[in-house]
Amino acid sequence: MIETLPDAHGHFGVYGGMFVPETLMTALHELAAEYERAKGDPHFQNQLAQLLRDFAGRPTPLYFAERLTKKLGGTKIYLKREDLLHTGAHKINNALGQILLAQRMGKHRIIAETGAGQHGVATATVAARFGCECIIYMGAVDMERQALNVARMQFLGAKVVTVSAGQATLKEAISEAMRDWVTNVRTTHYILGSALGSHPYPMMVRDFQRVIGEETKAQILEREKRLPDLLVACVGGGSNAIGLFHPFLNDANVRMVGVEAGGEGIRSGKHAARFQGGRLGVLQGTKTFLLANEDGQIELTHSVSAGLDYAAVGPEHSYLHEIGRVEYDFATDNEALAGFKLLSETEGIIPALETAHAVAHIAKVAPKMSGDQIIVMNCSGRGDKDVAMAARHLLSSS
Amino acid sequence: MSERIERLFARCREEKRAAFIPYICAGDPRFARSVEIALALEKAGADLLELGIPFSDPLADGIVNQLAAQRALEAGATVSGVLKCVCEIRSTSEIPIVLYTYLNPLLRYGLDVFERDAADAGVDGLLILDLPPEEDPNDSRGNKNENLLRIRLIAPTTPAARIAAIAAAARGFIYYVSREGVTGARDSIAESLKQKLTIIRQHTRLPIAVGFGISNPEQAATVAGVADAVVVGSAIVDLIGKVGDREDLADRVGKFVSPIVSAIRPSRA
Repeated sequence: MIETLPDAHGHFGVYGGMFVPETLMTALHELAAEYERAKGDPHFQNQLAQLLRDFAGRPTPLYFAERLTKKLGGTKIYLKREDLLHTGAHKINNALGQILLAQRMGKHRIIAETGAGQHGVATATVAARFGCECIIYMGAVDMERQALNVARMQFLGAKVVTVSAGQATLKEAISEAMRDWVTNVRTTHYILGSALGSHPYPMMVRDFQRVIGEETKAQILEREKRLPDLLVACVGGGSNAIGLFHPFLNDANVRMVGVEAGGEGIRSGKHAARFQGGRLGVLQGTKTFLLANEDGQIELTHSVSAGLDYAAVGPEHSYLHEIGRVEYDFATDNEALAGFKLLSETEGIIPALETAHAVAHIAKVAPKMSGDQIIVMNCSGRGDKDVAMAARHLLSSS
Repeated sequence: MSERIERLFARCREEKRAAFIPYICAGDPRFARSVEIALALEKAGADLLELGIPFSDPLADGIVNQLAAQRALEAGATVSGVLKCVCEIRSTSEIPIVLYTYLNPLLRYGLDVFERDAADAGVDGLLILDLPPEEDPNDSRGNKNENLLRIRLIAPTTPAARIAAIAAAARGFIYYVSREGVTGARDSIAESLKQKLTIIRQHTRLPIAVGFGISNPEQAATVAGVADAVVVGSAIVDLIGKVGDREDLADRVGKFVSPIVSAIRPSRA
């Protein structure tokens, strides 16, 4: 039942929709229509499947984390290895889908926003692969803390534009990309990187990321002959989480937890946990839970991970939260850094700081579960980009 | 009905001229100055005032307007502060006022309550940039508040069928807005604008205001030749930012728009 949302206008219950200026309305309608056509076109689906396999490296393994399992008390922990994909995170799944759509629409100028830089790298990669001009908008603060990814995008031929307005992170990068789109809409496709923004993006990005959950389901059934008890993923906008969760929504016995960025703690006010301190509002095209003050002005957010540092959550997550199908918890910066260390040392896998929030949650809950239960965590990205940041926190104190 | 807006356009029709609509962000640099600027603009020949309620994330605006919103918010501007500012302007002026803003601050205030309070304060129209008719619970056809017109946008990319639907539900005037085309040669702007307005006029008898990033008298004259109203926003906002919170700010804004007004209505020059 839940799987059939959104409605034709992009609503997930009261959430979602198309809250955009008229200047973008037509482009969004055209995109939604083209996506519907592409969805039913076997040629498009074959092309995408082939690129996902040969270019991106799908399917990704479902890896049994044996030492982590032992360390956390015996509940079986599996990792869905999206970090092994080309460009190092799940973002490539969506970027490939959208670049094919852009090709169908005859739009050869590609723009995108990026926070952690993973989506920017994925977009720059597919733009290079298809010979498109590519402009990436990135907050000045994020460019500093994700410098490695900035260089990668530049090597791939993209122009990285610094956004200095406001708090100079993901939210401002999205606004700037939308402004570019408004101005150049006839020639340009905007590859939005998360299940955020106006319809059709939350639905379309989710659909392109569903491959994570579909593969996971088949792999766990083959391996364990049953579905997992718990799925865990970090939630910024929420694309890796919705991609893992969505194919399991109708499996009532599978619990799901999305992990938001608790920053320096909820009481400090310096966080990005929309389900802790947020309320219903409208930001950047969608109605959803967001962090705003008493006068409706969007509040500053904080997270050690650039990819989770955003004031609003994808609208489908708001809906799944409201109906109680998915639970949302948070991990603080320090807990995430401990998770980063834990996964690196026990499994030889250095996760992205975003992903480390999910590890932190598992470190909390796995010891309380029983030995015959199964957890699947989306290992959404690898941590190369975060090495400098993590070193500053983890190595300086020793 | 908001008679102030209708009376204005009736008068302009009689005088066979376009109306001049300046935009400023309320509270930039502070509310007392906004009142002074509003009155100075009216004195200089403004026919309708578009007053922005600042929002932290104005994605339909350029950087000039975003910086103005930031300045206003840093100076403590709030939604209720903007309504008080309107009351002050209203205490000495009958200039039609349209509030221009984004949805989130109004949702926080309560959309229905806001519409009532705005009408009480003397606001004539409301333009919510990120609230298209499809998502609007108070779409004009079911508008509970007859005193507050919902102003609708049409863009260069809006297809004919959608123009018809928007125009059918619009009240007061239509706001034709674009960030495309600003850099083109003047003649070609006039030509393509004329074509587009002809299409829109097939669907509505409402006046059409045009906002294009118009910044000088020549552009204003060009647009005034084909549109019912000329909106000048970021050029004024930019000046306010540069001058800052000074005694002569309102005066300088008045002087800046005078040649634009003259260009729009040559008879006054």
